[in-house]
Parts: sequence; structure tokens; C-alpha cells
Amino acid sequence: MTTAAKKILVLYAHPSQERSEINKPLFHATGLQPNVTAVDLYAEYPTFRINIDKEQQRLVEHDVIVFMFPLYWYSTPAILKEWQDLVLEYNFAYGANGKALEGKTFLCVLSAGGSEAAYKEDGFNHFTLRELLRPLEQTANLTGMQFIAPFALFCARSAFEENRVQNHIDKWITTLKALSEDRIDIALAQKVEKLNDHLDQVIREH
Amino acid sequence: MTAYFIQAFIYLCAAVIAVPIAKRLGLGSVLGYLIAGVVIGPIIGLVGTETNTLQHFAEFGVVMMLFLVGLELEPRMLWDMRNKLIGLGGLQVGLSTLVVMGIAMSFGYGWTIALTVGMIFSLSSTAIVLQTFNEKSLSKTEGGKNAFSVLLFQDIAVIPMLAFIPLLALPELVEKAQSLAQTAAEHHEEMSLVAGLPGWAYAIVVLLAIASVVVGGHFLSRPLFRYVASSGLREIFTATALMLVIGIAALMSLVGLSPALGTFLAGVVLANSEFRHELESNIEPFKGLLLGLFFITVGAGINFEVLFANIAPVLAMTFAVMLIKALVLLVLAFIFKIRGSDRWLFALSLAQAGEFGFVLLSYTVQNHVIPTELAQLLSLVVALSMFLTPGLFILFDKVILPRYEKTENTREPDDINEKGTVIIAGVGRFGQIVNRLLVTNGVKTVVLDHEVQQVENLRKINTKSFYGDATQPDLLHTAGIDKAKMLVIAIDDPERAVGLVEYIKHTHPHVIVMARAFDRRHLYRLRNAGADFMVSETFHSALNLGKHALIRLGVHPFKAEQQRATFYETEVTHKDTLYEAWKQVTEDDKYLVHYRDMFIQLEETLSAAMKDERYRSFSKMERGWTPPPKNNHTEFSQSENDEA
Repeated sequence: MTTAAKKILVLYAHPSQERSEINKPLFHATGLQPNVTAVDLYAEYPTFRINIDKEQQRLVEHDVIVFMFPLYWYSTPAILKEWQDLVLEYNFAYGANGKALEGKTFLCVLSAGGSEAAYKEDGFNHFTLRELLRPLEQTANLTGMQFIAPFALFCARSAFEENRVQNHIDKWITTLKALSEDRIDIALAQKVEKLNDHLDQVIREH
Repeated sequence: MTAYFIQAFIYLCAAVIAVPIAKRLGLGSVLGYLIAGVVIGPIIGLVGTETNTLQHFAEFGVVMMLFLVGLELEPRMLWDMRNKLIGLGGLQVGLSTLVVMGIAMSFGYGWTIALTVGMIFSLSSTAIVLQTFNEKSLSKTEGGKNAFSVLLFQDIAVIPMLAFIPLLALPELVEKAQSLAQTAAEHHEEMSLVAGLPGWAYAIVVLLAIASVVVGGHFLSRPLFRYVASSGLREIFTATALMLVIGIAALMSLVGLSPALGTFLAGVVLANSEFRHELESNIEPFKGLLLGLFFITVGAGINFEVLFANIAPVLAMTFAVMLIKALVLLVLAFIFKIRGSDRWLFALSLAQAGEFGFVLLSYTVQNHVIPTELAQLLSLVVALSMFLTPGLFILFDKVILPRYEKTENTREPDDINEKGTVIIAGVGRFGQIVNRLLVTNGVKTVVLDHEVQQVENLRKINTKSFYGDATQPDLLHTAGIDKAKMLVIAIDDPERAVGLVEYIKHTHPHVIVMARAFDRRHLYRLRNAGADFMVSETFHSALNLGKHALIRLGVHPFKAEQQRATFYETEVTHKDTLYEAWKQVTEDDKYLVHYRDMFIQLEETLSAAMKDERYRSFSKMERGWTPPPKNNHTEFSQSENDEA
């Protein structure tokens, strides 16, 4: 590989971090990786006064945009929605001159309390995770970004007790490295339901 | 008179030269005083026999020290530590005493002497160890905390020891002393309230004396201190504190009890009082000087002839004592499950004998428990073991710690439960609110105010607070500024607030300083003095009122809040330039115009920010949540019509 490393922006949203068992260590490990800018949105904007210029500048400087969050009511915590409403401006992210995000890769890294079986048409939540994330997928489409499948952990409330957290973190770090080294098969990653189920196929060897 | 001046000068001079050097070399101040004494005594021979008389006088420093130890001992803290105190501390003192006693008896000493020697060597040096812990920031480690509880137990154990030692007096030594004293006693008889009383009456007098210290300390001291404090005269408060300590010491001597015991009791009684820190800061300098003098006299009393004649036994005894103590501590560390490098820290840090050893030694000689020649040898052992203590810490740092570092690094960092103490200076309208927020979030605070009334009111609503002038370095010291993480300055006097920031940033740069400012200029001055965070006391409340005014005038509450936030952010983005401009004004008046210009510019930016200027970067409000333009018929307008 001779091309320069891809730069990754991780926007992390968790409003009650003292209770976090998954996202907090996941975010911490993320911040230690090279080529990654890790932003704790609730820490940076505790009063939701998001600095639009700063956030747009960050977007411009990175190739991969990641939302990292626990699923709240089938969507992101409030600050990520506020971030979209303020930062993805007309003529920046969309519109005649809004090409700033074109060609970037976008994905969600999230944890959900329910089991994977619950997120099925005949399951408790009736919709699959990818169906529920359609608003974000369409936002990515409109802004010219490639939306790839979410990197998700189900049954999050018992993951700590069942010792599943470290394995999840290790897999995410592997994925981060692959993203940075541009070793992700984007076409395949867009098709699958959940990224972490198909890492063997999605990540190419050097 | 002249002779006194010269002597005092010699003592002070020796201390002033030796102590700072010893401290810089990592030996600690106790060793510094000892060295000073050795130099002016046996080496140069500037001082001679008067050291003995002086030593009795200097022992009053020990009485004061025990008063301060008592003041530090809040009953609740003692209760929380009871397991470690009694288990760890009790076993350490007990086992060390027994082992040393056994060895001494096997060398043919009588059991009374052996027991006394055991007690003397069981104690470690609180002064050296705590100071070294502080310097090397080991206080918060498991080993450091356990060592502290052992030291605390030892400090308390000294009191029963002082009471117990006279009972061990050797008959032949007492006789010898009495025949000597016969002649002296004709001239001055010891004053005593209990001389010649029968046993039951003596017991009653003693109980009455103790009761008067406890009851008087509890009920009478507060009105007295309040009365004195309200006079506002600092030196009279000092005089009152001294009067209290000396009075109790006198009372105890009169009834034949240890003065140290009495002042210790008084200290414990006053530990919960609002005057605690002020008392500490007043007594502390006297205690420090007198103890220093005491150690100098110990150093000056070292007999080099004895040392060189007995160099082998002294060395052997020193190593034996340190080995025994370290082994006992290691066994205890094993039993109490202190692990890894902490176990070694615990064992090595407390292996020396301590300054209380000197106190007990001079006390045992006075009470004819140990012959003077043996006492001289033993004090050499105590001193030598203290001299070797820095070596033990170096051993720990260089040899033991590296071995454990690899295994311990893998551990997760500890959760920050220990947030460190916050000192709040001034608890009027402002400091009170800060204190309440911190305390309800589990932060430990020490609250200081110089208004007696204020402190009393706060105590009524269960806010722990202390009387004292927070701008006095002594008071800050006793309130724990050395270990504090943060100082919140909310005092009424703007000048002294600035002075306090300067002082703290100069002497304790590690302390975070949060300061309340009165106005813009005061805020700049606080910032210039080095404060880490400043806020103008009226700024946020005025903005808040302004916001509500907008709402009452018909502005939508959300919009009003955005305007308030924009106002605040504009102010924040300009604070650096305005501060720089202000700094130039203070240096030279001709910059006044410049500062005014900057201020006017701020006002202009502000009103611009409040207006409808879409693409000004500071005006987020006007950019935020903007829909795409109207009548926009490009291809994407269909795809996001729900946004429009």
C-alpha cells in the first residue's frame, strides 16, 4: 500500500457515561488508535451549543465518518441529531455547492439492549437494525457518502457480565485499522446486515 | 543576658544552616536538627552543659505536639480506622516490643529495662516517614496508607507508655537519685496538689482534673474563643491558645499526671470545634521550634567518646533493631494482605526508631528506669537508625519498585474516588453555593471564614466550617493546602483575593485556584495573578435575568436562551484580546485608549452577533437549523422536501 492512510473521525455520543459498560471502553480504545480523531460530543458541547464551523472543518479533514452511540429509541442520542441539524448545512453537505462530504465513508458503531432476534420482522421490534437506521442511510446518500453496514453489539445490557466486551473492542480495532488502510470491500460492506458478522469477507488482506 | 543571646543565636544559627541542607539532601528536618546539635555540641563544642536544662524546656514541644496530634484525631475518623489502627498498629507495637524485649533479656538485662527498650524501639519516626511520603507522593498508596495508621497508633500509644514508664523505675536508681535529691530538695520543693494525700483522695483529684479538661474543653473553650475571636486581634488568639495548652500542662503536673496526656485529651475534645484550624496554625510554630530545639539538644548530647568506644555494639544494635522491625512489619503485611511493592514500602518505611524514642529515653532517665550510660547508647541507636531511613527509601525506589513495576502496570487505573480536598475560602453568599454543590457531589471540602457568626450559622445547618483568616499562610497550611487539590476563593476583600492567588500560585503551584471576581478589572487581576478559573460574580445572574426579561417582552424562550448563549460566547471569544489590552493599560496609561477601543469593538461585535447576519461565524443562532432556500427546484429539493 502506498496510498496515504485514511483519516477517521469518530463522533461519540453518550449522555450518561458513568453507567456505560460498552461504549466508554470502546471509545477509549478508539482514541488510542493512529489516524483517528475521537470526539466526545457531550463533553465538548455539554449545553448543546455546537460549533458549526469547527465541526464542518473536522468533516472536511477526514475520510471516514463514524457515529458511535448506544441506540436510544431506535435512533441516536439527542446530541447527534442536533449535530446533524446544525452541521449538515445547505451548500456544505447538500445543495448546488454542497459537495464537502462526497466520497467519504459513513458508518454507525452502536450498542442495542435487545437481542438480535428481536430486530426481525417477526421479532419484538418488528424492524431490522438496518431498516431502523434508514434515516441516517438516506442522509449519507444525499450528502454523497457511502453508507456501510453498522458495527453493532446486541444484548448490550448483559455483555459486560458475559465477558463479550473485550472481544467486541478487539474486532472494532481491527476494523478501524482496515478502514484506515483502505482494506474494506466497500461494495460488500454496503450489502451485509451487520459489519461485525462478516469481517473475514469484508476486510481484504494487504 | 548577653550569654543568653549568644546561646540562642548559636542554636538558631545551627538550625538555620543545617535544616535546609538536610531537607534538600532528602534527610528530613528531624535529622537536620540532630546534625545541627551534633555540630554545635560534640564537634565544635560551642554549647555545653546547659543543653540538659534546655532539653527539659524543649520537651514542652512534645506536649504541644500531642495537643496537635489530638486536634487531628476526629473521633469519627478514628472509628473508621479502628481495624487497621488496633490490628495493624497494635500488633506492630506489641510484637516489636516483645521481640526486642526478649532479645534484651537474653543479653542479661532485667525485664523492666528490656520492656522499656522494647517500647522505645517499637516506635517509628512519624516526622521523617510522613514527610518522605509527601515528598515522594506515596501517601495514597496502599503501603503508605497502612504505614500512616501504624504511625497514628504509635503516636497514641506514646501516652500510655509515658504513664506506664514511671512504674518500671529501678529501686537502686531511685535510691541513688533520692540521696542526690535530698540536698537539692531542701532548696525547692516540687509544687504539687497531691503531695501527702491518701490514695483515694489522690484518685479523686486526678479524676477531677481530667474531667475538668474534658468538660471545660467542651463547654468553656467555645465561648472563650468566640469572645477572643470577635475582638479580631490575632495575637490575643495566639495568647489564648498558648494559655490553654500551658494551663492544662500546669494542671496535669500539679496532680502528678503527664502534661502530654492532658493536652492530648484537650486536643481530642477540640478536634470537632470550628476553631480547630486556627488553633493548629497558632500552636504549630511554637511546637515546631520547641521540637527543633529538642532534637538539637539530643544531637548536642551525643557523646562521641561513648560512640567510638562502643561503635561495634551500637552498629550491631542498630541493624538488629531495623531488621527486627522490618521483619515484624513484613509478617503483618502478609497477614493483612498488603501486596506487591506496597508490602515492601510498608516494611521498609517504618523500620527505623523515631523521635518519640528520644522523648521516652529522656523520660526514662528522669524516672530512673534506665541507667544513663545505657540511655546514651540507645539514643545513638535511635539516631543512627533515623539517619539510615533515607537509604531505605532509596533501596525501595531503586531496587524493589522496578521489580514490581511490570506486573503492576497491567492493572486498570484506580477509579478516582479520592477527589482530593477542596478548600473554600469565604462562605458568604457565593462560597456557600459552591460548597453545597461540591459536598452534595461527594467532594470533601474544608470551609474557612473569618466571620465567627457566619461559621456558627453554617455549623447550625450541618456545614462543616472553621473560623480563621484564609489569607494567613499558617491557617491554609493547617487546613491542608499541601494536600489539597483545589482552592476556591470567595472572600469579600478583592485586594486580599488577588494576594491569595499570588501566594498560592507561588508556594503551591499544584493547587487549582478557582476565584470569584467582583468585576471585569478584578477578574483580569486575578487572571494575571495566576488563577486557573475566574468568574465575575454578577455576570451569569445578570445574563439570566436579561434572558427572562426578553421572554417577558415576548421573545420565544428558546430564542431568548440562544441569544443569551450567543452573548456569553461572544464575550468568551473576546476575553483574551481584552485581557491583553488591559495588561498594556496597567503597564502604561497611553494604552487606555487602546483598551477602550477594544471594549467598544466588543460591544459592536456583540450587537452584530445579535442581529440577523447569516454567515458571521460567531452567530451560530442565525445559521442553526436553517432550511434550504425557498423556491429551490433543483433535483434534490424533491428528495428532502420533508426538511424544507
